[in-house]
Amino acid sequence: MPYTKLILFYSLMMIISVGSLVAQNKEGYKVGDKARDFSLKDVSGEMVSMASQSDAKGFLVIFSCNTCPYVVAYEDRMIELHKKYAPQGYPVIAINPNDKTLSPGDSFEKMQERANDKNFPFAYLYDETQEITRAYGATRTPEVYLLQRQGKEYMVKYIGAIDNNYREAGQANDKYVEDAMDAVLNNRQIAQTSTKAIGCTIKFRK
Amino acid sequence: MNFLTNTLITLTILFTPLYPREVSINDLTVISYETFEEMVNTPSSQLRVYNFWATWCAPCIKEMPHFEKVNNEDSDIALYFISLDDGLKTERVTNFIKKRNIQAPVYLLDDIDYNKWIDKVHQDWSGAIPATLFVDANGKKHFHEGEMSEETLLSIINTLK
Repeated sequence: MPYTKLILFYSLMMIISVGSLVAQNKEGYKVGDKARDFSLKDVSGEMVSMASQSDAKGFLVIFSCNTCPYVVAYEDRMIELHKKYAPQGYPVIAINPNDKTLSPGDSFEKMQERANDKNFPFAYLYDETQEITRAYGATRTPEVYLLQRQGKEYMVKYIGAIDNNYREAGQANDKYVEDAMDAVLNNRQIAQTSTKAIGCTIKFRK
Repeated sequence: MNFLTNTLITLTILFTPLYPREVSINDLTVISYETFEEMVNTPSSQLRVYNFWATWCAPCIKEMPHFEKVNNEDSDIALYFISLDDGLKTERVTNFIKKRNIQAPVYLLDDIDYNKWIDKVHQDWSGAIPATLFVDANGKKHFHEGEMSEETLLSIINTLK
């Protein structure tokens, strides 16, 4: 009888530990965590990392793609964010996380076409192995991670949407990323550190 | 004076726009988040399945036939397709319903201030679609984010029934 109890106990422990492992993998970064650097291929053909941009105070890392209608709706606003905040030390880095087999419109060649058509002023990188996307815990496009450089670390300050109206930039009355940026640039607390929005699910290789 | 007042009242009534909470266009009903919440909170003896999708979402369209099949084969299940398409372009959804011969009721949740309500649907939802909310006969909720095979859908349903 005690054996049965012991086996039951260990089985339960196993289930709990496996369960928490799965949960950890799913979650990725939260606000306050340190984000890892990356070295990913830009549409220009060059490899881009955060460390290589030593004059930056931080980054607006945006998980993006070519095919999602929400991304298309926000592309001009991404360009505006870069134009506004890159001179203040926070450039936009867009990362396409989608597997090209599952989403052929998100291949590297198609990224180059899109970047060319829209004249992206920011880096547009391909996370072909999806390692960075998984580490960050991004689930949809578009999704913004505001990172602030502290020494050699990159601290996550904000995760979420750009604003609260994808249809019309002028109609948005909650500009989450701009509010977070203003707080960071003025050494104030960010009022809303994470937001959610409907987005296109990231196409992870199975 | 009396005539003037009456005229004014009549005119006010005539020109007051009606703001219905539900607008039905062909087979599509456009709803607010509040109406959706009421739907979810109304007690039912069935297992309700709310599938969030959009006409532009490829994995959503791929999993829809599994939902329709399971719904048709089991009368204890009530399936609702909740479209997150643009509420200004409802014809995209009505055309889709016609073309694909969708049987289950389709609602378009027309509220783009997403951050205000995504967490209220379920804390586990990141906002990515497809996503599905299950509400059992006791009102208990179960949430699944991501595309589902028929097997996954059936196994979730079996654990909730």
